[in-house]
Amino acid sequence: MSERPLSPHLQIYRLPLTAILSITHRVTGVLLSIGLVFLAVGLMAVAEGEEQFAWFQAAVRSIPGKLVLWAWLSSLFFHFSHGVRHLIWDTGHSFNRESLGRNAVLELLAALLLTLGLFLLT
Amino acid sequence: MGLFSLPKNSKVRPGKVYPAPEGATNVRRFEIYRYDPESGENPRLDAFEVDLDRCGPMVLDAIIKIKNEIDSTLAFRRSCREGVCGSCAMNIDGHNTLACTMAIADCREVVKIYPLPHQPVIKDLVPDQTHFFAQYASIRPWIQTQTPPPADRERLQSKEERNRLTGYYECILCACCSTACPSYWWNSDRYLGPAVLLQAYRWIVDSRDESTGERLDELEDPFKLYRCHTIMNCTHVCPKYLNPAKAIAEIKKLLIERQR
Repeated sequence: MSERPLSPHLQIYRLPLTAILSITHRVTGVLLSIGLVFLAVGLMAVAEGEEQFAWFQAAVRSIPGKLVLWAWLSSLFFHFSHGVRHLIWDTGHSFNRESLGRNAVLELLAALLLTLGLFLLT
Repeated sequence: MGLFSLPKNSKVRPGKVYPAPEGATNVRRFEIYRYDPESGENPRLDAFEVDLDRCGPMVLDAIIKIKNEIDSTLAFRRSCREGVCGSCAMNIDGHNTLACTMAIADCREVVKIYPLPHQPVIKDLVPDQTHFFAQYASIRPWIQTQTPPPADRERLQSKEERNRLTGYYECILCACCSTACPSYWWNSDRYLGPAVLLQAYRWIVDSRDESTGERLDELEDPFKLYRCHTIMNCTHVCPKYLNPAKAIAEIKKLLIERQR
């Protein structure tokens, strides 16, 4: 008899919204870390002087620069919203099965509104 | 561990198709994972077309009908057929549940049935649960006392003490929750998983048990307990409507509280 096969998992599992948000939390965490490199470059540019700062500012104001910036900011707001949900879970609340889907939608809305709000402010 | 795709010997290939009998009008297609350990071949997905006019209402009824009338080599576990024993846990329509309490009418058009996810498969829908039950045994799921019982009665509980077990003692160890947990998929060698942690909590909060401290000591481990990342699939799928994620959160809280 050969070695037993492993039953399918990710291939067949229909992940509920909360599970999808959980992995998104992790992915946005990684994106935020990568974004810190750009932030560090920006701070260095400020320290280097006017010419370097102008170069950095131009980069951020370019279309690709804006895309990266807003991807980073929306990641930040999503990560923040799901982080708040984690804090609530850590107190032992909000585990009710019936409210899981609704709270997931609320959390997404919060992230969206925060991003949109900042976009309108700037 | 950490593998997102299936190993070579586990890739599922298309299988046989068993068409509905002629004249059947209320036909439903069931696609069922098959693995024959004696053939040496990869698992396959067989399609069975079942006449629902001559079949009971639950998915388990359809599977039993298939075994009785179409292919007697189909292997699966079942016993009570009423959601009490936990034997017929499997992945139906993309999430884990008991075949006996899952109505065919509530399934998608094509009912896809797989064994519980990320488990070694013995045959067809029968996973090897040796490791799962060894983990269960590791939490010592029985009452542990130091003091002798009262001479004239049993160890009694107040209603309030008894109520703390409600929502936890009903667990039937079907493993739907543990095998729905991605963290358990990648870390089951060291992570105990939701079912076993819920059971651990059930003994921790039992007022008659006198080894609460030791039980907590054993769970205070980065892998056994803290691989839970609140993904919530466990609570989402429990066919008994219990809340393993809540039990795990309560254990985490107890571990923090006793540090004060």
